[in-house]
Amino acid sequence: MANEVIFKNRDLDNLWDIEQYRSRGGYEILTRILTEKTPPAEIIDGMKTSGLRGRGGAGFPTGLKWSFINRSAPGDKYLVCNSDEGEPGTFKDRDILRYNPHALVEGMLIASYVIDAHRAYNYIRGEFWEPYERFQNAIDQARAAGFVGKNILGSGFDCELNVHLGGGAYVCGEETALLESIEGKKGQPRYKPPFPAHVGLYGCPTVINNTETLASVPTILREGAERFRDIGVENSGGSKLFSISGHVKNPGVFELPMGTPFSELFELAGGMRDGSKIKAVIPGGSSSPVIPGEIMMDLTMDYDAIAKAGSMLGSGAVIVMDESTCMVKVLDRMGYFYHEESCGQCTPCREGTGWLYRIVHRIENGQGRPEDIDLLMDVQNRIRGKTICALGDAAAMPVAGMLRYYQDEFQYHIDHKKCMAGTGA
Amino acid sequence: MSALEIKNRNELFTPEIRAEIDHEIAKYPEGESQSAAMAALRIVQDANGGWLTQESMDEVAAYLDLPPIAIYEVATFYSMYEHKPVGRNKLCVCTNISCMINNSDQIVEHLNNRLGIKFGEVTEDGRYSLKEVECLGACGGAPMMQVGRKYYENLTPERLDSILDELE
Amino acid sequence: MSEEKTITIEVDGQPLETKAGALLIDVTDAAGINIPRFCYHDKLSIAASCRMCLVEVAKVPKPIPACATQVMDGMVVQTRSPMALAAQKATMEFLLINHPLDCPVCDQGGECELQDVAMGYGSDVTRFVEGKRVIPENNIGPLIATDMTRCIHCTRCVRFGDEVAGMREMGATGRGEHMTIGTFVAHNINSELSGNVIDLCPVGALTSKPFQYRARAWELTRHTGVAPHDSVGSNIQIHTRRGEVMRVHPHSNDAINEVWLSDRDRFSYEGIKSEERLTQPLIKKDGEWVETSWEEALETAASGLREIASADADQIGTLVSPTATLEEIALAQKITEGLGSPNIDYRLRQEDFRGNSRAVPWLGQSIASLEDVDSALLIGSNIRKDQPLLAHRVRKAALKGAKIQLVNPLQLDLHFDAAQMVSDPAGMVRNLAAIAEAAGGSHHLTEQIEVTDEHKAVAEGLKCSKSTVILLGNIAQSHPDFTILYGLASVIAKAADAFVGVIPMAANSVGAAVVGAIPNKGLNAHAMLENPRKGYLLLGIEPGLDINNPALARAAMSGAETVVAITAYRSPCLEETASVMLPMAAFGETSGSFVNAEGRWQSFSGTTGPAGESRPGWKILRVLGNLMDISGFDYSSSEEILDELRGAHGGELQVASLGAAKGKIRSAVTGLARIGETPIYAADALVRRAASLQETEEARDAAVARVNPSVAADAGLLDGEKVAVVQGEGRAEMVLKVDANIPDGCVWVPAAVPGSESLGDQFGELSLEKV
Repeated sequence: MANEVIFKNRDLDNLWDIEQYRSRGGYEILTRILTEKTPPAEIIDGMKTSGLRGRGGAGFPTGLKWSFINRSAPGDKYLVCNSDEGEPGTFKDRDILRYNPHALVEGMLIASYVIDAHRAYNYIRGEFWEPYERFQNAIDQARAAGFVGKNILGSGFDCELNVHLGGGAYVCGEETALLESIEGKKGQPRYKPPFPAHVGLYGCPTVINNTETLASVPTILREGAERFRDIGVENSGGSKLFSISGHVKNPGVFELPMGTPFSELFELAGGMRDGSKIKAVIPGGSSSPVIPGEIMMDLTMDYDAIAKAGSMLGSGAVIVMDESTCMVKVLDRMGYFYHEESCGQCTPCREGTGWLYRIVHRIENGQGRPEDIDLLMDVQNRIRGKTICALGDAAAMPVAGMLRYYQDEFQYHIDHKKCMAGTGA
Repeated sequence: MSALEIKNRNELFTPEIRAEIDHEIAKYPEGESQSAAMAALRIVQDANGGWLTQESMDEVAAYLDLPPIAIYEVATFYSMYEHKPVGRNKLCVCTNISCMINNSDQIVEHLNNRLGIKFGEVTEDGRYSLKEVECLGACGGAPMMQVGRKYYENLTPERLDSILDELE
Repeated sequence: MSEEKTITIEVDGQPLETKAGALLIDVTDAAGINIPRFCYHDKLSIAASCRMCLVEVAKVPKPIPACATQVMDGMVVQTRSPMALAAQKATMEFLLINHPLDCPVCDQGGECELQDVAMGYGSDVTRFVEGKRVIPENNIGPLIATDMTRCIHCTRCVRFGDEVAGMREMGATGRGEHMTIGTFVAHNINSELSGNVIDLCPVGALTSKPFQYRARAWELTRHTGVAPHDSVGSNIQIHTRRGEVMRVHPHSNDAINEVWLSDRDRFSYEGIKSEERLTQPLIKKDGEWVETSWEEALETAASGLREIASADADQIGTLVSPTATLEEIALAQKITEGLGSPNIDYRLRQEDFRGNSRAVPWLGQSIASLEDVDSALLIGSNIRKDQPLLAHRVRKAALKGAKIQLVNPLQLDLHFDAAQMVSDPAGMVRNLAAIAEAAGGSHHLTEQIEVTDEHKAVAEGLKCSKSTVILLGNIAQSHPDFTILYGLASVIAKAADAFVGVIPMAANSVGAAVVGAIPNKGLNAHAMLENPRKGYLLLGIEPGLDINNPALARAAMSGAETVVAITAYRSPCLEETASVMLPMAAFGETSGSFVNAEGRWQSFSGTTGPAGESRPGWKILRVLGNLMDISGFDYSSSEEILDELRGAHGGELQVASLGAAKGKIRSAVTGLARIGETPIYAADALVRRAASLQETEEARDAAVARVNPSVAADAGLLDGEKVAVVQGEGRAEMVLKVDANIPDGCVWVPAAVPGSESLGDQFGELSLEKV
C-alpha cells in the first residue's frame, strides 16, 4: 500500500533476503550517507522533520533523542535496538524481524553513523528464537555485502552489529533495565538521571530505539522526511504498525497512517468474530487503560486522540474484547502479570503489585470485600508515580481504567460472588 | 569455589560449549565478558537437558571470572532459566490476556488432562513438562505456546493432539 | 568545577546554603531535617529503590527521592507536604505488609530503623489481610544471624559486599515479590569485614549471632573505646549490661575507621569470658601451680626480680605485648630501668635487628591519606588480613586507579587489583634489590642480582606517579632480612621519590616504641632469648604464641630463675615457663591509651570491673614498682601516668630511618623455607579465645601446613594428610593443604596456632615428614 513504510515491500517473497531487499532500493540510503559522508546533523534534522516518535510506547521524538549524543565526546558510544517486545497485546516487532530484518539492520547502521557508535546491539527477547535467526541471517548477509564491520563501503566508518538475546523478563523492555541486561546483570531499571544519552551501556553515551522506530529510518530518509510526516497527522507523524488481537475475526499486524480512525483498523481486522458485539478495547498494550467499545469507535489512532480519551497509544497494541468478557477476570490476569514481572527493587512496585493482584484475585474468586474497590483505587494510587521505572505505573493504570468504566462489574462480583458477564466465575 | 578457581578454564565444559561461550564473549567489548553471562547460561542449560544445576552455574561464574552470586542473580531473575529438571519438550503456554480471552484455559485444561500434569510438573516418562508463561508476543495467533524454540499458534485441542504426537 | 559553587535552596521554608551538586538528603541531614530512608547510606552507592525518602520539589509533578536528587540553586523542597507525606506513608505501608512485625522477639527491637520510622509514618491498622511472605532460614556462618523474612530489600548488605568488602557474597536472587537477599547457596560469609552488614541492616534480618537473644538494646550502656588488635585503632562502642561486655559496635571516625569495624575488632570481646581467664594470682611451688593472695604473689614477683637485679641487673629482660596499654608499657619500662636493666622490647615477632635504631616504626602518614596515593608498593604484607581497614583504604586508592604492587612470599587473595611478585623469603630480598636497581638505585648486596622486565615494570609503576608510598608489613617485620628489606625499600623510595613507612603490627606497637620499650644499649627481644636471662618480666605475653621463635623463648624462660607474667590468661605455655602469674584486667576492663599506626594517641576508660581478682595492669605494675622501692610510682590514676607520658613523649612523630642493613641475605635456606605468618584470628591472646571467630572458616583453616602442588608431589604428600613439620628441635603435626598460592621451596606454617609453640623462627628452614 502506498502509505506503508515498514511493510511496503511485503508483497515480495523472501523480503528477508538481502537481494530482495536491495531490489527495492534497500541499503541505497545507507550507501549514499556513507559515501557522501552526509553530516549527521543533517540526518537528525531530517528525522526531526519526519515527526517520527518512538514506537516502543513512550513516543519520544527520535530526532531529538539522537541529538542528545555528544558525537565529539571521547570514548565509545552505543546504539541499542529494543526488540524485547513483551507488552501484552504487542506482536509487531516480531513481524519486522521475521519479514523485513534488513530494514532494521540498515536503520541501525544509519543511527550508529549518526551518533558515531561503532558497536550496536539488538536486544531480542529470548523467546523470539525464530525471529532472531532471521535477523542474525540478515546481519550475516549485510556483513558479506560489506555493510557491517570495519571500514564499511570504504567510508572509514566501522560498525559491529550483534544480537543480545533476553532471558524472559518483561521489565527488560524498559531501556535502562535492558542496558543492565546487556551488561549481563539482572534487568533492574536504573534511576534517572543520568539518562542513557550520557551514561548508558558500559557507562557510555547510548541511544536506545524501538525496532519499529529504527526499521522506519531507511524509508524515511530515502523517500523524504516530509513525505513520511504527511502520511500522519499533526504531532503523530508517519505510519504505524498496529497489532490487533482478541475477539476480532482477522487478528494481525497492520500498518496504517497515524490518525486512522479506529473503525478502519477494526474493519481491516474483520470486525468482531462470530457476530459478537464489541465491549471494550485496550488501545495501546495492557498497561493502557481500557476504553469502552462505543467510545473507541469514534477515536482516531494517534497519540493525542487516545490520550484525550484517557488512555495511551503506547505500542499500538489493540486488544478487542467482546461482550462475554469478564473485566474482573481480565484485570485479575493483568494483575498477576505485573506482580510476576516486577523486578523487585522499588518497594511500592515489589509489594504493591502483589497486593493489587491479591485483591482482584479474591474478588474474581468470590471472596471480595465491600471495601475492596476503594482499597484497589487507593493501592494503585499509592504505587503510581513512586517508582524508578514505569512498571509500577503500568500495573496501576489499568486498575484505575477498569474501575472508571466497569466498576459495576467489580461491585457485582463482590455482592453476588459471581460474574455479571457471560463467562468467568 | 576455591577449587574452581584453581581449575583451569580449559577444564570447564566441553570444547564445543567453550567455543560457543567464547563466540558470545567476542560480541562484547574487551573486559565486558559478563555480558555473555545470559548466553552462557542458555548454552549450558541447553547442554544439560534444559535446566541449570548449581555446579553448572558455578562453572559459568568461574569461566567468566565472576562471583557465583552474580550468576545466581541472573539465573533466578530471568524466567527462561530452569532450576529443576524439565521434560524433553517444555510446553510453555501463554495465558496472558489475548490468549486468555481466546480460551487458553481450554488449552491448559486439555494439556492437564492428556498429560496428567499441571504447570511446573514433568510427565513420568520425562517427555513433556508444562509451564505457564507470560505474553510471548504472538497475540495475533492466540492461543499459543512455545515448545523449544518454536511457536505454535492458533491452538485448538485437536491441533494440540497432533503437535504432541509429533514431539519426541 | 561548578560543584564547588555555593547555592541556596529552601527546605520546609528554611533557606539552606550548600554546594551545588550535593545530594539533597546530605544537605537536609546536615541541617538536622530528618527525611526517613532505608536504602540510602552515605558510604554506599545510591540505590534509590526503597522509596522512603520521597519528597516534594517545586515544579516536579511527582515526589522524588532525596537520596538521588542533586540540589540546584533555588530548589524549593518540602519534606512534609501532603504529597511528600502521602508518598512516605505509602512506602511505609508497602514495607510493612510483608514484614513479620515480630518486634517483641526480634534482636533489632529498640534499634530498628523500620520500627523507628513506622512510629512516625506507619498506621496502626493493617489493610493487608493475606498471608505474609516467609523466607526459609539460611546459615551464613558463626558471626551473622539471619532472619530474611524480616528483610525489606534495601540491598545495603549487598552493596556493602560489592563496594566495601570487595567480595560479592550476598545478592538479591529471584525477582519481584520473590526476590530474596542472601547467598542463594548456603555458605558462610567470609569477608574479614562481614560484621558491618549487621550495622547496615536497618531491620532485624541480619543481626549478631554471638549477641543473639543476649540483651535488648535499651538495657545496654554504651562506652567509647579503642579496638585492641591491629594498628588502625578503630574507634568502638563497648556495650555493657550490669558489668558485662555484651557486644562491640563501631564508633564512627572518618579519619580512622570511618563507620566500619573489622570482624576481629567486633567479635573479639568474647575472649574476655574465656574459661582460661586468670582470676586469681598463682605461684609455682615445687613445680605445682597454687592459688595465692595478691600480697604473696606480688612479694614473690618483686623479690625474685630484685634479687636477680641486685646481683646483675643485666640478667633482667622485659618483654611487653604491643597490645598492652601505653600506661602499662611505660610502667614496665620504668621498672626495668629502675632495676638497672637496659633490656626491654615489644618487637616480639621481629628477628632481624641489624639496623639497631631506636626510631619509631610507624605509617609515616595519616591512615586516611592512604586512599589518595596513586602508587603503592607493599613489602611483606598480607594487609587484608593483618590490617583489614588499612587494606580498605588501599582498596579505595586502587579503585580510583592507583597502581598497587606487592612483594610477598605468597600469592594473596586480594579484594583489589594489584600486581603481586611472589617468591620464597630470600627471593623477596633479591626481587627488592632488582627493583631498586631498575629504579636507578644501588642495592649493596653481596651477590649479583638479575633485573627482569617484571622488576622494571614495578620500578616504572612506582616512578611514574605523583604520590607513592612503600610500606613494610607484618611479614617483612618478621623476616630474617627485615633490615635489608627496609634498606632496599629506602633505596627504592629515594630513586622513585616515594615515601617509606612501616605498618605497625598491633594496637599499641607505636605507643610501645614511643615510650621507650626499645632497648638503648641493651638486648632486643631476640637477643634476650638467644642469651637467656635469669629473670623475665612478661606483660601480656604467651611465650609459645606471641614470640617469633617460641622454642627459643620457652627454652630461655624455662631455664630462668624467675619469670613474672602479668597476664589475663592462664595458658599452658605460661604454666610451663613462668614462676608467678599475676591476673591482669582484659580488654574493656581497664583504662589506658594506644597510639595507632598514624601516631594518634587515643585513650579509653574501663567499662566493666576486672574479672575475679584480676587488676588493671598499670595498678599491678605500680605496686610492683613500689615493692621494689623504685621511685616515681605514686600514680593514683592511669590519667596521671598518661599526663606524664604526654609531657615526655607527646610530640609529633618524626619520620626517621629505622637503620638499614647491607650485605648478606640470611633468609636463604638449602631445604624448605617456612613462611610463618600470624593468622588474623591468632594475632593475640584475646582474639585467640574469641569463640565465634574461632569457628569461622578463616580460623578453622589456619592451623595447617600449606605447600604448592609441586612441593607436595616432590615430597610425596597428599592434600588432607597429616604431616610433621620439623624445624630444628621442634616438631609439629599438621594437616597438609595443597595451595597453589605458596611459592616453590616453601611451606606455609603459621605462628601462634596450636602446634606451632614448639617450632622456631617464623621464617627459617624446616622439613616435612610423613606421619
